[in-house]
Amino acid sequence: MAIGIIERTAKDIVLTAQEYTLFAQRAVLNVFRPPRYWTDFLMQCNIVGVGSSAIVLLSGFFTGGVLALQSQATLSEFGATAVTGRFVSLTMIRELGPVLTGIMVAGRNASSMASELGSMVVTEQIDAMRALGVDPMRKLVTPRLFACIFMLFFLTILADAFGIFGGAFVTIFMNHQNGTQYFSQAWEHLRYPDIIQGLFKPLVSGFIIASIGCFYGMRTTGGTEGVGRSTIDAVVFSSVIIIFADFLMTQVLLTLFPPI
Amino acid sequence: MIHTPGSAHPGPHDSGAHATGAAPAPAAEPVAGRAADAEPVVVFRNVSIAFDGPPVLQDISFSVAPRETRILLGPAGVGKSVLLKLINGLLRPDQGSILLFGQDVATMTEEQLFPLRIRTGIVFQEGALFDSLTVRDNVAYQLIQERVPDEEIDRRVHEALTFVELDRTFDLYPASLSGGMKRRVAIARALIRQPELILYDSPTGGLDPITSTTIIELVMKQRDFYRTPSLLVTHRLQDAFTLCTHRFDSALGRMVPLPKGETDPNTTFLMLEEGRLIFDGSLHELVHTDNKFVREFLE
Repeated sequence: MAIGIIERTAKDIVLTAQEYTLFAQRAVLNVFRPPRYWTDFLMQCNIVGVGSSAIVLLSGFFTGGVLALQSQATLSEFGATAVTGRFVSLTMIRELGPVLTGIMVAGRNASSMASELGSMVVTEQIDAMRALGVDPMRKLVTPRLFACIFMLFFLTILADAFGIFGGAFVTIFMNHQNGTQYFSQAWEHLRYPDIIQGLFKPLVSGFIIASIGCFYGMRTTGGTEGVGRSTIDAVVFSSVIIIFADFLMTQVLLTLFPPI
Repeated sequence: MIHTPGSAHPGPHDSGAHATGAAPAPAAEPVAGRAADAEPVVVFRNVSIAFDGPPVLQDISFSVAPRETRILLGPAGVGKSVLLKLINGLLRPDQGSILLFGQDVATMTEEQLFPLRIRTGIVFQEGALFDSLTVRDNVAYQLIQERVPDEEIDRRVHEALTFVELDRTFDLYPASLSGGMKRRVAIARALIRQPELILYDSPTGGLDPITSTTIIELVMKQRDFYRTPSLLVTHRLQDAFTLCTHRFDSALGRMVPLPKGETDPNTTFLMLEEGRLIFDGSLHELVHTDNKFVREFLE
């Protein structure tokens, strides 16, 4: 009985992984062959990029502020409060900016992709699209995938910048330290490998968010209840996989660009 | 013999046969005055399909001749919609072959299927209109993808909406339409490219009797005007019999009953029971069959 359940679960996991791989591969390869839906791509850029900018900006700002607040106590023990700017900028650019942006956008957009496509599946709109001679993978999935990758890159830059501003706000107005020192520390200790690390991660996160959101949306079954399940699965799996992928990428990137 | 060739019915009156069999042949008179003896538009040969459980359809064989309207009857959950989706490759059979316009859709890739699907029109159970698009964009969906000029699109959408008597809904969104209006817009969408085959999936399901009659009148109008072959799924006997015993009068602009004792020779029946095709024949054969399940269904 128990072995049967384990066997079934293991098979389900392997099958889902296989289906996801084929799904993601098809979504990527579609970009190399016409038709390409540029209007849908731009619309998705607007939804993912412009639509998420407010939450990314606010979460970045407050995360930077919290970093400055938390570091204040520890750094002051060593008389090193002057390096707050360096601490905040490096942490935001290398780690928290990409990961937080990924998770915020996953919460907002992986869920919306899964629920939108899931609703289309259960109301037979996807079948109708196929019946009308349009490939839903090309029309719906590929534009979402590339728009998410493209816009997450810029959203991460926005989160990094506002994180540094948030740290500056706390440092200057709450910790009463020197602003020039904060910004010079933040700038002078930045290296290209830090920036490469910080800007490579959102490309992977964007891929994870859109591919998982669309994958769960397109395989929705079971009516409106199924749409709810797909939405939850999309947010949970994309968030967890973003953090896991971040861990792997950090390991690899630290090997490629070892800290001085 | 119930139907009479050469009646006032405006459809074609050539003779011909259609079915490849599968049903336990009901004892009946041969059908005369049938659609042309040409190559069938759809041929099912021993088709079976299952989804994680017992087979939904088993060993189904039948065909749809040019200009023929086939009405697929059966209780809910018997596999009628699945059968319809198999025709244009929206689902793949586990066994058997399905020829659509002479090509085996069971062996074709999704990419290869798109040109074939464009030649067919399908009306889904609930309409399946794109809720983020206006009625105009829904009806013109295929034309927009083909980058047809806007003026041409508007003209053809107006034509299609006039056919279903909904021209006033041009700029509305599906959310502001009633259930019956949605089905009529879905019919307009299916017809706009003048398809060579139309598939209707329970077009009157869940509608009130008056709206159902309007929808059936549209199906009849399409059958008698354009003579497009079609397959209509329904569990409403009343709709099926109306289609068989009426014709669309273009002068009056509405359907009228055929003379007493006559039926449309190109409208025939299929019936499913637990995934098996148990009947394939005319209205006359249907009402005189000895099959217990068919008799119970009719009663």
